[in-house]
Amino acid sequence: MAELLQFLFSGLTVGATYALVALGFAIIYNASGVINFAQGEFVMVGGMASAFLIAAGVPLPVAVAIAVVIGVAVGVALEKFAIEPARGAPVVTLIIITIGASIAIRGVAQLVLGKQFHTVPAFSGEQPIPIGGATLLPQSLWVLGATVAVVIGLGAFFGRTRLGKAMLATANNRNAAQLVGINVRFILLLSFGLSALLGAVAGVLISPITLTSYDVGIMVGLKGFAAAMLGGLGNGLGAVAGGLVLGLAEALGAGYLSSAYKDVIAFVIILAVLVFMPKGLFGKASAERV
Amino acid sequence: MRSPLLSAFAGAAALSLAAGAMPAAAETIKIGSFLSVTGPAAFLGDPEEKTLKLYVDKLNAAGGVLGRKIELVVYDDAGDSDKARTFAKRLIDQDKVDVIIGGTTTGTTMAAVSLAEQAGVPFISLAGAVVIVEPVKKWVFKTPHTDRMACEKIFADMKARGFSKIGMIAGAGGFDRSMRQECLAVAGKYGVTIVADESYGAKDSDMTAQLTKIKNTAGVQAVVNPGFGQGPAIVTKNFRQLGMTMPLYQSHGVASKEFIRLSGEASEGVRLPAAALLVAEILPDSDPQKAVVVGYKKEYEAKYKSEVSTFGGHAYDGLFLAVEAIKAAKSTDKAKVRDALESIKGYVGTAGVVNMSAKDHMGLDLTAFRMLEVQKGNWTLVK
Repeated sequence: MAELLQFLFSGLTVGATYALVALGFAIIYNASGVINFAQGEFVMVGGMASAFLIAAGVPLPVAVAIAVVIGVAVGVALEKFAIEPARGAPVVTLIIITIGASIAIRGVAQLVLGKQFHTVPAFSGEQPIPIGGATLLPQSLWVLGATVAVVIGLGAFFGRTRLGKAMLATANNRNAAQLVGINVRFILLLSFGLSALLGAVAGVLISPITLTSYDVGIMVGLKGFAAAMLGGLGNGLGAVAGGLVLGLAEALGAGYLSSAYKDVIAFVIILAVLVFMPKGLFGKASAERV
Repeated sequence: MRSPLLSAFAGAAALSLAAGAMPAAAETIKIGSFLSVTGPAAFLGDPEEKTLKLYVDKLNAAGGVLGRKIELVVYDDAGDSDKARTFAKRLIDQDKVDVIIGGTTTGTTMAAVSLAEQAGVPFISLAGAVVIVEPVKKWVFKTPHTDRMACEKIFADMKARGFSKIGMIAGAGGFDRSMRQECLAVAGKYGVTIVADESYGAKDSDMTAQLTKIKNTAGVQAVVNPGFGQGPAIVTKNFRQLGMTMPLYQSHGVASKEFIRLSGEASEGVRLPAAALLVAEILPDSDPQKAVVVGYKKEYEAKYKSEVSTFGGHAYDGLFLAVEAIKAAKSTDKAKVRDALESIKGYVGTAGVVNMSAKDHMGLDLTAFRMLEVQKGNWTLVK
C-alpha cells in the first residue's frame, strides 16, 4: 500500500507539470489551430532563468517572479516575430515554424547559459513529509497546489472576464469573433503569452525536484503534447486530466512493469490515441459543413 | 655544351634534395583529442580539456619534447558517439596526429576504437569501461580505473561492513550498462547478492519509482548506482527524499565536486571509489602518489580557479604517458611509440602507479583506488 502511495505521489507531481504544459498546448491550439512545439522550451526558460537568478543572489520569490516574466516575454516574442509575420500561412507551416523556434530557443540557451545542469533550491525545504508509509516532498505540494490554483484561475478567466470570453469566442469561430469586433490578433498574442506563463510556472516549480538544463524542454514538451492529445486537443480540462493520467501511468508503469521503459509509455499513448481515438478522452468529434 | 636552363634545373634539384635530406627538426608533435567538453559528460570532458591545454603549454614553454613543440588539436563531441567518430576520423586523416588522447566516455571511445586500430594510431582513452582494454587491442590504452575495479572496490568495502544483500540502480549509457554487468559478474566473489536491479533512462528526471521498488525489497542493506552525469545526482536526491537511510555507493563516474554541488545535502555519507587526487592534501607523506597529485592539484587550481576532478587527472596521466613513450621511442613513429607505451613500468600518475604490459593496457591495480566518503560537502578518506 505504501508503495502504491509513493508511486501515486511521484506520478501526480510530474503529472501536474505535464498538465500545465498540456494546458499551454490547448490554449494556443484553441486560439489558432497551431500546435506550438516550443511549449517545452517555456518550461526550460522558466527553470533556467530561476536557476541563474538565484545563483546571482536574487531572493527566491523575486527570482521566481522574474523567471516567469521572462518566460512570458519569450512566448510573446515568439508570437510577434515568428508567428505573426507568417499569419496568412497554412497551419502546418506555422507548426513547423514553432519547431524551428524551439530549436532556436534551445540553441540560444546553450550558447548563453551553457550546457551544464543546474540546481534550484526548494521553495520550503527538502525535508520529506511521511504520509502513510510513503514520503511526499514539500515541493510536490507546491507543484500540486500551484496547478490547482492555475486551473481555477484559468476557469475564472475564461468564464467570468470579457477577455477570457473573447478568447473562447475566437476559439469557437474566428470569423464571427472578428465580426463582433474582437481583435483576434491580440487574442493570438495573449494565447501565446498565457501558454508561456503556464510553461514557465511549471518550469520554476519542478526544477527544485528534477534538475534543469538547456534541453529539458524536448521531453517535457513531447510528453505535454501526449497529455494534450490524450485529453482531447483543445479541451482545457481534458489537458489537465491527460497530464495527470500520463504522470500516473509513467510512475505506475515504472513501478510495477519495468523502469527501463518509462519514457516509452508517453509515446505509446500518443500512438494509441492517434490511431484509436484521435479526439482523445474528452474531445468532441469535429464536423465540417461543406 | 650544357644549356643555362639545364644547369639551373640541376642546381635547383640539388638544392631541394639537400633540403629534403635535412631532418625536420621544427616539425611539431601532433596530439589529437576528441573530448565531451559540453553535454551530459561535460563535468568529465571540461577538466580534461583544461588539463591538456595547461600541460601542453607548460611542456612547450620548457622546450617541448625531443626538442619539438607539441601541437594540441581538440574537438568537442558533446558526448555524442557519432560526432566522436567523425572527429576521430578527422584527427587521423586530416590533422594526421601522432597520438590520440581522448574519448571522455565509453560510448565515444568505442566509436573511435576501430578507426585507431585500422589506421595504426596509438589511442589513449580517458573512459571507464573494461571493454576498452578487454580483449586487449593493439593500439588502444586507457588511463582511468575500469568499472570492474570500481565494483570490486565497492564490494570489498561492503563485505567489510557486513553487507550481503544489496540493490543496484543503473542508467542506460554505455558506462552504466557495462559497470552493471561487471558488478553482476563479480558480486559472488565478495559474498554479495544483488536482490534488486533497476534502471533509468538517460534523460529521466525522477527515479523515485525505481528506488521505491528497491526500498521495499526485503533484506536490502545497501545500494550501488553505476553511472555518471546528472542521473546519479537525481538518484542521490531521490534517495534522501524517500527517507532511505541505508548506505549509497556511487561509481567513480561522479568523482567531481559537480556531483556534490548538484545533489546538495543528499550527498552526505555517499561512498565511492576514486583516485587519490581528490584527497591529495590528507594523504600521508609516505604515499607514493602524494607528490604528483598535490603538484597537479596546485597547478590546475591556480590556473583555473576551480577544484580538480579525477577526470582532469586521467587526461594528465594520458598526456604524460604519451610523452614518456615518445621520449623512450625517441621519435613519433607510431609503432615505436605504441611499443614504448606498452612497456611503461612504475609511472606514478594521478590515478595510481601504472605498469603496462602486452596483456594489460591500463596498468592499474586495486590499490590505485581509494574508498572516499562525502562528509560536509567534502571528500574524506575511508580507512
